[in-house]
Amino acid sequence: MLNKTGIPTAEDVKKVSPSEDRLKKGPVAIIECFQEIPCNPCTEACKQGAIQPMEDINNLPKLDFDKCNGCGVCLSRCPGLAIFIVDASYSDTEAVVRIPFEYLPVPQVSDKVVGLSRAGEELGVFEVIKVQSGGQKNKTYTLWLVVPNDLAMDVRSIRLGGVRHAN
Amino acid sequence: MRITEHPILEFLRGEEISFFFNGQELKGFEGETIAAALHAAGVRVLGHSHAMHRPRGLFCAIGNCSSCLMDVDGEPNIRICVEKLKPGMRVETQQGKGCLR
Amino acid sequence: MPKVKETEILIVGGGPAGLSAASAAANLGASVLVLERDGKPGGQLIKQTHKFFGSKKQYAGDRGYQIGDLLIEQCGNNPNVEVWTDTTALGIYEDGVVTAEGQAKHLKINPKKIIVATGASEKMIAFPNNDLPGIYGAGAVQTLMNVHGIVPGKRVLMIGAGNIGLIVSYQLMQAGVEIAAIIEAAPTIGGYLVHASKIQRAGVPILTSHTITEAYGDESVAGAIICKLDESWQPVSGSEQDLKVDVICLAVGLSPLTELCFQADCQMKYVSELSGHVPVRNEYLETTRPGLYVAGDVSGVEEASSAMVEGRLAGISAACSLGYGEDIAPKLQAEALAELSELRAGPAGQKTLRGIMNLMDKGGAVC
Repeated sequence: MLNKTGIPTAEDVKKVSPSEDRLKKGPVAIIECFQEIPCNPCTEACKQGAIQPMEDINNLPKLDFDKCNGCGVCLSRCPGLAIFIVDASYSDTEAVVRIPFEYLPVPQVSDKVVGLSRAGEELGVFEVIKVQSGGQKNKTYTLWLVVPNDLAMDVRSIRLGGVRHAN
Repeated sequence: MRITEHPILEFLRGEEISFFFNGQELKGFEGETIAAALHAAGVRVLGHSHAMHRPRGLFCAIGNCSSCLMDVDGEPNIRICVEKLKPGMRVETQQGKGCLR
Repeated sequence: MPKVKETEILIVGGGPAGLSAASAAANLGASVLVLERDGKPGGQLIKQTHKFFGSKKQYAGDRGYQIGDLLIEQCGNNPNVEVWTDTTALGIYEDGVVTAEGQAKHLKINPKKIIVATGASEKMIAFPNNDLPGIYGAGAVQTLMNVHGIVPGKRVLMIGAGNIGLIVSYQLMQAGVEIAAIIEAAPTIGGYLVHASKIQRAGVPILTSHTITEAYGDESVAGAIICKLDESWQPVSGSEQDLKVDVICLAVGLSPLTELCFQADCQMKYVSELSGHVPVRNEYLETTRPGLYVAGDVSGVEEASSAMVEGRLAGISAACSLGYGEDIAPKLQAEALAELSELRAGPAGQKTLRGIMNLMDKGGAVC
């Protein structure tokens, strides 16, 4: 399915998801990298030793969820923009999802945005609570979105150009 | 249409200059190609094919395909996708195969 | 009589392979001249806005244009490297003289070694009205958009879901252009799936097993008809969709730009996995014409990361054959070869590996 549409299946996602318990403990990286390609910047980005060095550069990244503190450095380094940070400990009902962003306009803190699924489908209107710049060289922004708990593993993008709904 | 803001790139444009397309005065920037300036001005049809008179536009933009040949300052068959724009240039739709005057 | 320019190593093409070859050879002490057709070296790298894959050794994590600038700087800082821009190589003669056109002059160069790093050109596909203005090669869209800062239109149909189709779609979105759809005739996406996923989740559909049946419009593109393909790649009747677009972008593959290799009488072979006719060469990228090396897409279409490593390998090998760095060259060559095997070891590199095996097999049909 993924190689026909670009949309990872629930099964694909399950393989890279931490346990419910780990999610509840606090921020953690979700590495949605499902294809063996020659690429390893995430292993060098991780200062926690959570993403293990690869024996072969074509290996899929292996993340130790218990060592990961959700710092988000790997998110801003991943050339494929395939890493997200999920913090299910944000409140009783809400989680924070951090996503990479390389379009304009860049949303501002407290803006409302339309959250999208991996398939680009609308999941609701969510608030941006933090915007991190990647800096002069990196240039990838990290957007922090507050979403309902049950959508924490589904919201992965936002509609471009502000709150604009599909027809 | 020109990009004014881009999430990754910055565009350092030269000085704004005037040139002529089939007699009409248009603006462009020094250092860009004639094709770029025409595109920014919304001109997509650059000529017509010899035999069938079908419209021709920019295709490769790097000097490979010859789809963009025009007459520039009296010289025919100029690949405008690689030829740089200069102030006052007269860019004309080419009729036929062109001949050197 | 025009003066003949003497140089030790002549490199044709200032893209990722050519520039990497230039600094590698110059670092060992050889004098190098690079011919670049465009006004600025860097090839297609300078048009890439995304972060590159690979490892640190191939500048992974840096964006393509940043890597391009770095390679240009490395050559600029090296007194052994001379770069002639706006200069097009015209021919390689039997006596080894290479001619070129630059600044409206006919130039003659007499090198001891030649590295051909001319890259690749875009393929075309047949459909009614494929000659309308508004139909561009993906490279043209990149040039207009990322070099000149001009968008090609408002709404685009992208044809091809290989890496170029996916990357250029993403670049169009970054420039604020809408993508109506990305269509791909094959049943699966050819490019890296991380590229596909980031486009799909921004709301752009990627339609595999779909093709274009015709473009329409009077003087320029006003729309396109697309349709589904069945398992035997035949159009499914009734599946037609009419897309109102003002741009159709073709990203349907590349062919190695091998005219100079043919002309120099290198032994050539058609290898489909390498995307066309390519010169037969040894492990160190020397062709059957002694002293003529190839690197990058001209030796088989692949990624920019491997083009840079191939360039380095060809540069070291050419310099070493002139007596430079004989002590360290074998180690540097081994390092480059190891990097190439590493880059090609995964599933994504299997096609290239098969192609190279096919190319090296002396028993195959020879053109």
